[in-house]
Amino acid sequence: MANLTTNFIGIKSPNPYWLASAPPTDKEYNVVRAFKAGWGGVVWKTLGAEGPPVVNVNGPRYGAVWGADRRLLGLNNIELITDRPLEVNLREIKQVKRDWPDRALVVSLMVPCDEESWKAILKHVEDTDADGVELNFGCPHGMSERGMGSAVGQVPEYIEMVTRWVKQHSRMPCIVKLTPNIADIRKPAEAAKRGGADAVSLINTINSITSVNLDTFSPEPMIDGKGAHGGYCGPAVKPIALNMVAEIARNAETHGLPISGIGGVTTWRDAAEFMTLGAGSVQVCTAAMTYGFGIIKELTAGLSQYMDEKGFTSVEQLVGRAVPNVTDWQYLNLNYVAKAKINQDLCISCGRCFAACEDTSHQAISMSPERKFEVIDAECVACNLCVNVCPVQDCITMEPMAKGKVDPRTGETVGDYANWTSHPNNPMAKAAE
Amino acid sequence: MSNSPTTPGIVPARLHSEDYARHFDDLYPSYDPHEAMVAADRCYFCHDAPCITACPTEIDIPLFIRQIQAGQPEAAGKTIFNQNILGGMCARVCPTETLCEGACVREAAEGKPVEIGRLQRYATDKLIAKNAHPFTRAPSTGKRVAVVGAGPAGLACAHRLALHGHDVTLLDAREKPGGLNEYGIAAYKAAHDFARAEVDWLLQIGGITLRQGWKLGVDGTLAELQAEYDAVFLGIGLAGVNALGVAGEDAPGARDAVDFIAELRQTEDLSMLPIGRHVVVIGGGMTAVDAAVQSRLLGAEHVTMVYRRGRDQMGASDYELSHAANEGVKIITNAMPVAVHANGALREVEFAYTHQGPTGLEPTGETFRLKADQLFKAIGQKLEGAPEGLTLDGRKLSVGADGRTSLAGVWAGGDCTGGGEDLTVTAVAQGRDAAESIHAALTAKG
Repeated sequence: MANLTTNFIGIKSPNPYWLASAPPTDKEYNVVRAFKAGWGGVVWKTLGAEGPPVVNVNGPRYGAVWGADRRLLGLNNIELITDRPLEVNLREIKQVKRDWPDRALVVSLMVPCDEESWKAILKHVEDTDADGVELNFGCPHGMSERGMGSAVGQVPEYIEMVTRWVKQHSRMPCIVKLTPNIADIRKPAEAAKRGGADAVSLINTINSITSVNLDTFSPEPMIDGKGAHGGYCGPAVKPIALNMVAEIARNAETHGLPISGIGGVTTWRDAAEFMTLGAGSVQVCTAAMTYGFGIIKELTAGLSQYMDEKGFTSVEQLVGRAVPNVTDWQYLNLNYVAKAKINQDLCISCGRCFAACEDTSHQAISMSPERKFEVIDAECVACNLCVNVCPVQDCITMEPMAKGKVDPRTGETVGDYANWTSHPNNPMAKAAE
Repeated sequence: MSNSPTTPGIVPARLHSEDYARHFDDLYPSYDPHEAMVAADRCYFCHDAPCITACPTEIDIPLFIRQIQAGQPEAAGKTIFNQNILGGMCARVCPTETLCEGACVREAAEGKPVEIGRLQRYATDKLIAKNAHPFTRAPSTGKRVAVVGAGPAGLACAHRLALHGHDVTLLDAREKPGGLNEYGIAAYKAAHDFARAEVDWLLQIGGITLRQGWKLGVDGTLAELQAEYDAVFLGIGLAGVNALGVAGEDAPGARDAVDFIAELRQTEDLSMLPIGRHVVVIGGGMTAVDAAVQSRLLGAEHVTMVYRRGRDQMGASDYELSHAANEGVKIITNAMPVAVHANGALREVEFAYTHQGPTGLEPTGETFRLKADQLFKAIGQKLEGAPEGLTLDGRKLSVGADGRTSLAGVWAGGDCTGGGEDLTVTAVAQGRDAAESIHAALTAKG
């Protein structure tokens, strides 16, 4: 079995799976259950400043989007930071860390945007012997209306400033959690790095309305006839999160900055994908909230088996492996020519490829009276839509054409690598040497 | 209760009274909404879907399933009824494994088709339960059409004609409308008096006058109908039953399976219906299966179905046959009856094994006897009481594609005609299409 031990910015855990700062990590009871189940670490649900705790709504906090058979695909929430007294949380954190020294225990923080508030809370956290802090600059609802959470995360200068305070007033490793509700994720990451952050974690949740009740005309989740946008998470947000992680990983300014990947991690495969794009650890919430803590057994065993199959002996060997292959569109090889190919033995003649291609794409699939579907190479642009709508896995594949062959669509010979930067249609093209 | 499955002879009340309700309840209860959503999600919404082509009434199946997915089963029901006004009964009795579900691409892919029949049942039940008829009649045309036979073909024809604004007189010889839906199929396929409820719902279109107890050739002739109405549709079914042609087939205890099924369907308290301890059913079609299975459900100890050819040539579908086997019916193939032995009461039926010879089916020379208190004959029905003057195609009425007979102004459809496979759904398609043809003829200019 591959060794899943993880050392993320000096924080050690027996595996790279941490529970994200969220309801599952709000108190000792839940966290101890998670550790007993085998989770590698937790980010304790966000603590606020001293004083009366925040209050939550007393109606639904969650909304959802479902797939077939009510499989939960996306979840949103309007819950705020912990609504338990600060001293209770601090006492429990200290106890848990003492009882579970081998697990990662990071404390999420969100206090008003002034130096004294941060200085005060950091002192308290240090006293718990927690492994580090995560700055919640991501929460998109409620707290942001009070100038915290994503209200900070959307302004790179604030991120840099607060991060700097944290590093000045604490010796603890500092992770800055980023909001995806921003145009360019690289800017807040760069700001965090300038402020001295040891790592970033992302994504936090995405502003969302999960549905509208068509009888009451109110958005869901609904509180007394009204709804507020909440933070969206779960499997539906994973593609957005993967891209944002990759953008930071391949950005020259932030390359090498440790990343804790978050967003829809549901199976070991999702975790492995985040790791190949540069995440040194992953954080999980929705999958645990949907299925309970028991999923950790599949997450760890699955990753371990995959690493064994690939010959990786430590998670570090996986981290960032796909980053060099993430590029900009302009560098994609325009001389890479593929054609769709339908495996007639696997085809079940549903005709979805035909409908998709005929109605919405390039009219590159023919249909015979016997319902035999075939690709017309002279029309196929290899867009991949037929592959994506085919209900049979591997029935339609994209077959690259060998160099030197003539593309029947364009009449041109498949040549060597060439991209847009040197393409004759590009007015900005650089002349070939 | 003193009788049991082993009581000799033909006796009632072989079972506990509560067993009857259970045995004759819905074979498959309707889906609950979540089941329907999960089942509907399996549909791929195929392009030019094979299931539509396989349906004699060409219901837009992917569309109605998508409407279930989208949370509007009543709209799905209307999509079905647009094409097939008896879509509720067809959902219960269609041999879907040889029609829509047999053509489903998931049948090819994984041997597990989308459960189209049950989804159709779900959608049609939802709409009928609202008890609001989904179609509105066109303004009256003043044209009058006589529809003879209130079975599936006649009902479909009458409804479509009424929809187009024609005034329909629906004539039927029996006490209740519905034809084979009411009298000719197993009770557990149309539980809770569904056949009657469906007719009542269908008649809500308006413009249809139902006359029960009116028999063609007895209470009126075709010529009289032609004189009185602008058009006539014949959906008279097959009133005759084929005889075995062996000695002793009229012995006490031997009867036609269709009569047994009709009696069963009209019996309020099934514990009062007598059934043999040893029942033999001769035939290989749906009627034979329905008689055999229901004999078991009434408490017969031994029920054997005997068919003269091989299993692959049986009219009953594989699904029906495995259902029969599951209910404890023994199925013997390649054996034909040669004698019925009675001694006052029926005692035994003698069979000869058969094989395919150069000139047809031949006895092999080996015979066997089956104990029998009761014998049900189910080797097919035939046209009987057809009016004179109509051209026949073999033993059935000859019709064109639009249901026109050889007589001007007379259309026909359903089992009495040559086309199709004598299925409810085929009869519906023929009745509907004949109605469209009649409508076109009645409204033609000039």
